[in-house]
Amino acid sequence: MDSYQETIFKLKRFWAKHGCVIQEPYDIEVGAGTMCPETFLRVLGPKPYSVAYVQPSRRPADGRYGENPNRLYKHSQLQVILKPAPANVLDLYLESLEAIGIKLDQHDLKFEEDNWESPTLGAWGIGWQVMMDGQEITQFTYFQQCGGVDLDLVPAELTYGLERLIGFLQDRKSVYDIEWVAGTTYRDVRFRDEQQFSVYNFEKADVGMLWKLFDLHEAESQRLIDEFRGLDPEKDAYEKKRFPLLSAYDHVLNCSHTFNLLDARGAISVTERVGVIARVRKLAVGVATSWVDQQTLLNAVEVAQ
Amino acid sequence: MSEVKPFLLELGVEEIPHWMIVPALGDMERLFLELCQTHQLVPGDLKFDGTPRRLVLRAAGLPERQADRVELVMGPPKSAGAGAAMGFAKKNGVTVEQLSTEVTPKGEYFALSRKIEGREVRQILAEALPTLISKIPWPKAMYWTGKGGTTFIRPIRWIVALLGDSVVEFELAGVQSGTLSRGHRRLGADEIAFDHTNYEERLEKNGVILSAAKRRKRIQDGIKKLLKGKGLELIADDSLLDDLVYLTEYPTPILGSFNPEFLALPQEVLSTVMRHHQRYFTMRDGEGKMAPHFLAIMNMKADKKGYVVKGNERVLEARFNDARFFWDQDQSKKLSDRVEDLANVTFQAKLGSYKDKRLGVEAGVCRIAAALNLDTRLARRSAELCKTDLMTEMVKELTELQGVMGGLYAKVQGEPDEVWKAIYEHYEPASMESEVPSSDYGKILSIADKLDSLEGCFALGMIPSGSKDPLGLRRAAQGIVKTIVEGRLRLNLKKLVNEGAEETNRTFLRIRSDYKEDRAADGELKLAKQIWEFLLDRVRYYFREVRHYAYDELSAVLAAGPVDLVDIESRLYALKLVRQTEEFEPLAAAFKRMRNILKQAGWQSGSVNPALLEEGAERELFDETSRVLAKVAVYRQSEDYMASLNVISTLKPAVDHFFDKILVNAPDPAVRDNRLALLGGLYNEVSSIADFSEIVTSSTTE
Repeated sequence: MDSYQETIFKLKRFWAKHGCVIQEPYDIEVGAGTMCPETFLRVLGPKPYSVAYVQPSRRPADGRYGENPNRLYKHSQLQVILKPAPANVLDLYLESLEAIGIKLDQHDLKFEEDNWESPTLGAWGIGWQVMMDGQEITQFTYFQQCGGVDLDLVPAELTYGLERLIGFLQDRKSVYDIEWVAGTTYRDVRFRDEQQFSVYNFEKADVGMLWKLFDLHEAESQRLIDEFRGLDPEKDAYEKKRFPLLSAYDHVLNCSHTFNLLDARGAISVTERVGVIARVRKLAVGVATSWVDQQTLLNAVEVAQ
Repeated sequence: MSEVKPFLLELGVEEIPHWMIVPALGDMERLFLELCQTHQLVPGDLKFDGTPRRLVLRAAGLPERQADRVELVMGPPKSAGAGAAMGFAKKNGVTVEQLSTEVTPKGEYFALSRKIEGREVRQILAEALPTLISKIPWPKAMYWTGKGGTTFIRPIRWIVALLGDSVVEFELAGVQSGTLSRGHRRLGADEIAFDHTNYEERLEKNGVILSAAKRRKRIQDGIKKLLKGKGLELIADDSLLDDLVYLTEYPTPILGSFNPEFLALPQEVLSTVMRHHQRYFTMRDGEGKMAPHFLAIMNMKADKKGYVVKGNERVLEARFNDARFFWDQDQSKKLSDRVEDLANVTFQAKLGSYKDKRLGVEAGVCRIAAALNLDTRLARRSAELCKTDLMTEMVKELTELQGVMGGLYAKVQGEPDEVWKAIYEHYEPASMESEVPSSDYGKILSIADKLDSLEGCFALGMIPSGSKDPLGLRRAAQGIVKTIVEGRLRLNLKKLVNEGAEETNRTFLRIRSDYKEDRAADGELKLAKQIWEFLLDRVRYYFREVRHYAYDELSAVLAAGPVDLVDIESRLYALKLVRQTEEFEPLAAAFKRMRNILKQAGWQSGSVNPALLEEGAERELFDETSRVLAKVAVYRQSEDYMASLNVISTLKPAVDHFFDKILVNAPDPAVRDNRLALLGGLYNEVSSIADFSEIVTSSTTE
């Protein structure tokens, strides 16, 4: 039996072998690996790109003070993007399972319809949840749209829920019993995170301060988007090409996480909820469309050279 | 006639959602028949099969070549002269002698019979199939080769197109048609050669059972074998079985078990987790109690080492652990303490939160309770709590359990039986097939909840039209009708609708600035009329399609006053039986005649003056009518419509005799009015059970 980290190494090596850039986690809180710029921005535009990274995914409302055996505030996703998706992408995926020691002829595998959608990101795709012996181990999505933009190349996104997958491999009833490395369990490494962040997210977070943060991040992101849009593609070409849209996007992510915190805190009413999601989406779409714009400029330069 | 060859088309697709496969095969059949018709092909027997990874069309015999045919090309009219004929001939590369003349309704025309040689069918198919495939409609298609590329339900990965032994060549979304199929993802080869005779057999060797019927049988046989001698019984679930048939290419059942400790959780929770989240069948033991076992269907041949059973058991245990956690956690806050939280759950964007909805339901259920002499305090309490379980962790996780969980929690928290049962059942009936709530308070809460949805949505103009009914209002209305009839609730539905609409109207006037009151000339709210019409459609549908009453029977009874659906059903039932008697048809015809006479005379009301009656047929009818109506009055007291209609049937000879002998339009206006009053009185009385004139009879002439 491989440890938690050994299985992760194997998956990373597998995807590295198949041409993926192996990235480290993005260093801002996100609710899903999809939100990292490595996915959200890289899937836009006509440039092929393949990447894999383990991303801690933080969902404040899912916290259970470390008391629920299967539900976590922070879980880890191995996010793989293959852009464009090769025709044998599902075969590759199955091979990746074999690479971590799953003997496919001894297990039951089903691809069950599960279409993914993120209203905050203006993104959606079509795909499956991959069920292994009744356990969902992967979400597989062919992205169709991101930031409200139709994608030129259709990427395949594979999201392995690492706790579930490895809990399955190690036959653990609780994620906390997963062996992270010999002699150290998931509980040893992560229990405190679960407990303390649950207490903060549900009880202690200052709602007023969070709203202020939300407003600040939103304003900063919007300011940058507006500034970028005001640039003339000819006159300000240089400025436009090096414009910090990545920073604008970081503020979108901060907005999104702050929104999730407010939500967990019960501070967002129904009427507000729709409105706040729309505010985040507006920013995400703003960055995405600007990003495509910027890439087009950069590509034109490449082609010219 | 050219030689006939078998044709096979297999579309290899990445896993298609199971519920879309059967409709897609239906569409393929329709499209293929259209194609054959367009090209004058007779395809022989057709067969369509589908698995998650393939859609297969087989035609027993397509000709290799289309038959030659003669086409008639119409030219100019003969009156246009020889010049025109010459021009026409020249254009078509023939001489004038080769033209014929055709007689048409517009006159004589020059024409040319041209022989068209049949084309190679392989060629026709090669051209038409890509379009056919692209035309299969899907609920949600995707593109995968890039923006603007082909769309389909999932990426197409291979195509087999075989006419006889050779390929029908075409390309779609970068995939070239060929001769090789593929097996099951793990049980079969990636390339399978075959011919028309051994196709299914070769697939089966490679882990694919092509026929859905065979997959179903394999599941059923497997289950029987597994359960033999175990004292366990499967709780049948046909729709789950259907799902599994189309989720697998090689289905095999396995039997697993779980820790009996979990049986302490409500069975509703256990079976929902198993059914909706894991697609497991639940099991009963010999005594009919839920057994700590489950049945799952693998997409595999065997589980020799038991890994699959073990894995499924582990998953289920984890799920049950979650459920137990939620169950315990949810108890820490009472439902009554969650009422205010409902403000945070949207019912419908324009209608506001469930807190708002709750108030509407409360008002409605109290009205219904009062009408039925039930305790309004209990009704109000059940309405107050009925949506609070939306705030519980269990329902957030297992949304299918809304209502049910609320009921269970209310029970644990010591709410009266009437209250918790009402909450438990208030989403029923979920469909035409499901049972209506069993308890009185459950029935009225269910009706109040659904009526409130209708009122709110209709007030905002969200009225279902055509096939669009996103909020399930049709189903809600159907549920109301079903619950009233099958729950035998003596309610004046029309009155209920009016009162509900009035209340909604008042509420909306108060809280919405954009809402305007809209009343018809008779003072009734347009809203009430719309809801009533909508419900009436469901009433008609229910009695016709579900209870199989004839259209005219329904019209006859509805014409008599459609307010109490239980009463309507009794009258329908009586009418249906009486209708089968010999006297009935002619009597119905006579009533139709009466109606016409009364209508023509513009008769409104009036009573009979016995002094003016003519001896004989007229007096006889009067006496008979008095006798019959006296009896009917007694029977109506006990709502015995059978007896009422039977005794009305005995009027037939007197009615016949009257029409034979008596002229209603007597020269003396007083006599005439008296006769009209005689007929009118009889007609009105009988029509309050059913308007016989609505009955379509063989002797009806109008």
